[in-house]
Amino acid sequence: MTLLDIVLFLPLAGFLLLMLLPKQSSRMAALVISTAVFIVSLGLLMPYWFQYPSGHTFTTDLPWISYPPIRYHVALDGLSLWLVLLSTLLTPIAALVSWNYIDHRVKEFYAFLLLLEFGLIGVFVAMDLFLFYVFWEVSLVPMYFLIGIWGHERRIYAAVKFFLFTMAGSVLMLGAIIFLYNRTGTFDYGQIQGMIQTGSLVFDPRTELLLFLAFFAAFAIKVPLFPLHTWLPDAHVEAPTAGSLMLASVMLKMGTYGLVRFCLPLFPEAAHRCAPWIAGLAIIGIIYGALVALVQPNMKKLVAYSSVSHLGFVVLGIFSFTQQGLDGAVYQMLNHGISTGALFILVGYLYERRHSLEISAYGGVATPAPKLAIIFLITTLASIGLPTLNNFVGEYLVLQGTASANFGWAVFAALGVIFSACYMLWLYQRAFFGKASESLSHHMPDLTAREWAAITPLLILMVWMGSFAQSFLPSISVQNAAILDQTKKLRVERVAIPARQTVEVSRAR
Amino acid sequence: MQLWLIPILPLLGFLLNGLFGKRLSRPAINAIAVGSVVLSFLWVLKTLSGLGAFSGGLEETYKEHYYTWIQSGTLNIGVDFAIDRLTAVMLMVVTGVGALIHIYAVGYMAHEGGYYRFFAYLNLFMFFMLILVLGANFLLLFVGWEGVGLCSYLLIGFYFLEKFATDAGNKAFIVNRIGDFGFALAIFLVGIHFGSLDFGTVFGQVKNMPVEASAGIFTAISLLLLVGATGKSAQIPLYVWLPDAMAGPTPVSALIHAATMVTAGVYMIARTSQIYLHSPWALDIVAIVGLTTAFVAATIGLAQNDIKKVFAYSTVSQLGYMFVGLGVGAFSAGIFHLMTHAFFKALLFLGAGSVIHACSGEQDMRHMGGLRKYIPITMFTLLCGSLAIAGFPFLSGAASKDLILEAAYEHAPWMYWVGVFTAGMTAFYVFRAFFLTFFGEYKGKPAAGHGHGHDDHGHDDHGHGAPHESPAVMWIPLVILAALSLGGGFINIPHFLEPLFPAQEGESARWLEYVATAAGLAGIGLAYLFYVVSPGLPESLANSFKGLYNLIYNKYFVDEFYDATVVEPVVDGSRQLLWRVTDMRIIDGLANGVGTTARGVGGILRRAQSGYIRSYAAWVLAGTILAIAYIGFMGAAR
Repeated sequence: MTLLDIVLFLPLAGFLLLMLLPKQSSRMAALVISTAVFIVSLGLLMPYWFQYPSGHTFTTDLPWISYPPIRYHVALDGLSLWLVLLSTLLTPIAALVSWNYIDHRVKEFYAFLLLLEFGLIGVFVAMDLFLFYVFWEVSLVPMYFLIGIWGHERRIYAAVKFFLFTMAGSVLMLGAIIFLYNRTGTFDYGQIQGMIQTGSLVFDPRTELLLFLAFFAAFAIKVPLFPLHTWLPDAHVEAPTAGSLMLASVMLKMGTYGLVRFCLPLFPEAAHRCAPWIAGLAIIGIIYGALVALVQPNMKKLVAYSSVSHLGFVVLGIFSFTQQGLDGAVYQMLNHGISTGALFILVGYLYERRHSLEISAYGGVATPAPKLAIIFLITTLASIGLPTLNNFVGEYLVLQGTASANFGWAVFAALGVIFSACYMLWLYQRAFFGKASESLSHHMPDLTAREWAAITPLLILMVWMGSFAQSFLPSISVQNAAILDQTKKLRVERVAIPARQTVEVSRAR
Repeated sequence: MQLWLIPILPLLGFLLNGLFGKRLSRPAINAIAVGSVVLSFLWVLKTLSGLGAFSGGLEETYKEHYYTWIQSGTLNIGVDFAIDRLTAVMLMVVTGVGALIHIYAVGYMAHEGGYYRFFAYLNLFMFFMLILVLGANFLLLFVGWEGVGLCSYLLIGFYFLEKFATDAGNKAFIVNRIGDFGFALAIFLVGIHFGSLDFGTVFGQVKNMPVEASAGIFTAISLLLLVGATGKSAQIPLYVWLPDAMAGPTPVSALIHAATMVTAGVYMIARTSQIYLHSPWALDIVAIVGLTTAFVAATIGLAQNDIKKVFAYSTVSQLGYMFVGLGVGAFSAGIFHLMTHAFFKALLFLGAGSVIHACSGEQDMRHMGGLRKYIPITMFTLLCGSLAIAGFPFLSGAASKDLILEAAYEHAPWMYWVGVFTAGMTAFYVFRAFFLTFFGEYKGKPAAGHGHGHDDHGHDDHGHGAPHESPAVMWIPLVILAALSLGGGFINIPHFLEPLFPAQEGESARWLEYVATAAGLAGIGLAYLFYVVSPGLPESLANSFKGLYNLIYNKYFVDEFYDATVVEPVVDGSRQLLWRVTDMRIIDGLANGVGTTARGVGGILRRAQSGYIRSYAAWVLAGTILAIAYIGFMGAAR
């Protein structure tokens, strides 16, 4: 039993415990448990703080179901480490921001929050394809309820839409996983990857393309990549603050994580072949998301569309197949989690005061609530990539990597940086500047201590990640180098084998 | 040498005032804000003298490395500061003029709300500006670049209750972002082609390359950098934000939008001169952009009535001169003009601030006049600044402007003539402002007791009655700047910068200087004729050239043009075409269509759509179980 197992199962234990506890104590219990999980999870940093191991750490590999051989195989590496920490950091924050917001079925809410944490951590550490799929689905269910029960008016529509979109993708992925199992007799990611590395498992290009696309569909919907994004604005608008927070900050990263973890190393040839198309969609997403965000009258929709734009950068970085691009993409996953998460929290604060998400219901907030205004401003600046704050480092690396892969892509993608300033500053002006109306001033107290507690860790991270990126980047970089190496080596070998022979090999199997 | 102290001191000031300013008394806020900048200035002096900058030393770059900021693959970006003679000039100007303006602001802002906020932003600006000039690689330069843009945004929108102020702030930020787009692309190209962003590494490589070999890449980088420079330094086509930026408090206009930040583009091109020297074509573009801007902005300046707007267009125009200097290869002349301009333009703005202060917030010169009786110190200092910018012989402006014009003549005589004509216009509009303000009869609000009339900039103290001289904390900086404007031309910057930018060869003809001086004097004389001798003349002239007058009075309708061709199409297109049609109708329509069809087909499945979430969960569970069973079956069949 490693520390990772403890971090993974503590939230599940918390979920069960909450079911048993009386209703009144569930809020505090959830906060205590999730904070404890976060503190424990900091221990995961130990192997990564002074050196940057390239392999797995905290591995546990036990049989779970004997036939078919599904194993409980979890491990940590430089890619998953930070995503796990992001999940464990944001769960207590989500509990804090829901403190007054959630006023009915409180116990279930916090129980689902912990279950969600369990699923999310599981997704990032599972090294068995089937286990991965199980966690993928497990995380889906609590989010579905968070939106469906505690959401706004059109919550059922949004929840079902979210569910169906995601399911449509994951069914395809399940099919591909089963196909892989039938070919190899194992669900173990490491083994399958090893077979592909050594050449003992070779697909003909058509099959590889189909497998790639099956995985890709599931991840692209989750990211979400244009044009599969329309579930996201609805889900965000209807979700409660904590739901939006977890959805944007962590859940969307399941998609981009999957791209890096599975799509690249398992199907490198297909990934390279599709890269121009995917990069094209990513760039369209960057510009499209930003332009649509520009004209949203609803704050949450605006932030949701900005997510489409930001995640486009991540996908673009991944499919640039460069060290900088990939490093930037992974860094950007974390950055987006921090700054967009903070934006959703702050929008939630505004909503709790004025009970509206329409931008036009605000105006002049800076006068009655100057602290809230300053925090919102810093978050806005982080989100639009101001240097010394976190997003800048990620965006720079993504664009630098993309530029060396294809300068034209970088030109178009960089346009998104201009538009991001437009929509965010315009939002800020309309909500915070100007003269505050009487009714607004009366309903706009400044931040409370609890609200400060929820947002401060994120603010610190914005500055830290922006100004001292080397606290985080090296372990990510090492892992990405390994992934790129796997992707590249395979391509070189493939090219070396004449086309006909490849076909024969695959037929012989 | 602890270079990091130079920017860190103002950063500390920002943090102290930003975090605790609300609870601090005004003297404490002043001490922190002004003290941090003065200390920074003193540290600059100590550092520079330690490096021998004042005694013929500092011929090589001095560099300090602090920590690695970003490392990815072979790309390593450090937080490194470096000083060479170019940086030395910039440091002196930024911290020296900056300190004076901070002191002035203590008096100017005395009656304003948000006092600590103002000084916190001002200190933050100093921090980023110093990062900009000290940074030893492209990315750090970019950090400062964006950072000063942020502070500019915050300070333009300082009066955030007013929509025109926050609009101007947004415009400044977004227009600058367009410029930064070019700058960023240039950085990517540098990263790709040199594998490093470090100035020393990159320029070392560039120096050893022949000028023709790969001109394409140098031209591309140079032009993209120029796009960035046109944004920050308010050149055509991105100058439109600067006149609006005058919505900020006047010390801000002096510090950020005249003396320091807007010269960042000039600094950047001088810094990357090695790259520009490899692309003569790009240098020509720089000169032409600068010359066009100088000319166009000067023509607009002729017809403005707001005193700050006059000086704003004048700043755009003077920055154009600096670009001409850079473009014709006289980098040191460009930097020289940057420095003298910092002196006299800071003086003009602060003087204008003193006038506005005296007139209780009035900025329209048509409501001033006759102020020489009320505010003599302000008048004399403003006269010094006006003479300097007009190119009066031996004053600072003449020294640097003549160097630029001479270099322009060497490059292409027509550029010299356009430059001289512009110099004449400059002298005219600056003295137009001077005479309108100080001569004739006072046309402002009558003495106390009467109505407020036409005061739409009323953020200042009201009801003071007759115009009054500013306090010493304001006029002492004015006097120091006036002295610098008069004598700054004797600081031999071109000689100081010779290790970086070799001197131009050959002596230029004396008559070039005489003609330029004559143009300036003619401008002053014409202004005297128009606005003192026969004040009716301008109006009748404007009437007889109505079309032309309207064109320049309305600033060539450039803002309207940009609105109609860029802003509105983007916003409307996004709303109608992208959001309403593509997103809601096409994509969502398709997705919902699939859903509806499926529902229609599967009558039995309708039960599944019961709307109870519990049953959906059951379906997921059932699905998962089915999947596992299926796999088990498949595995068995193998």
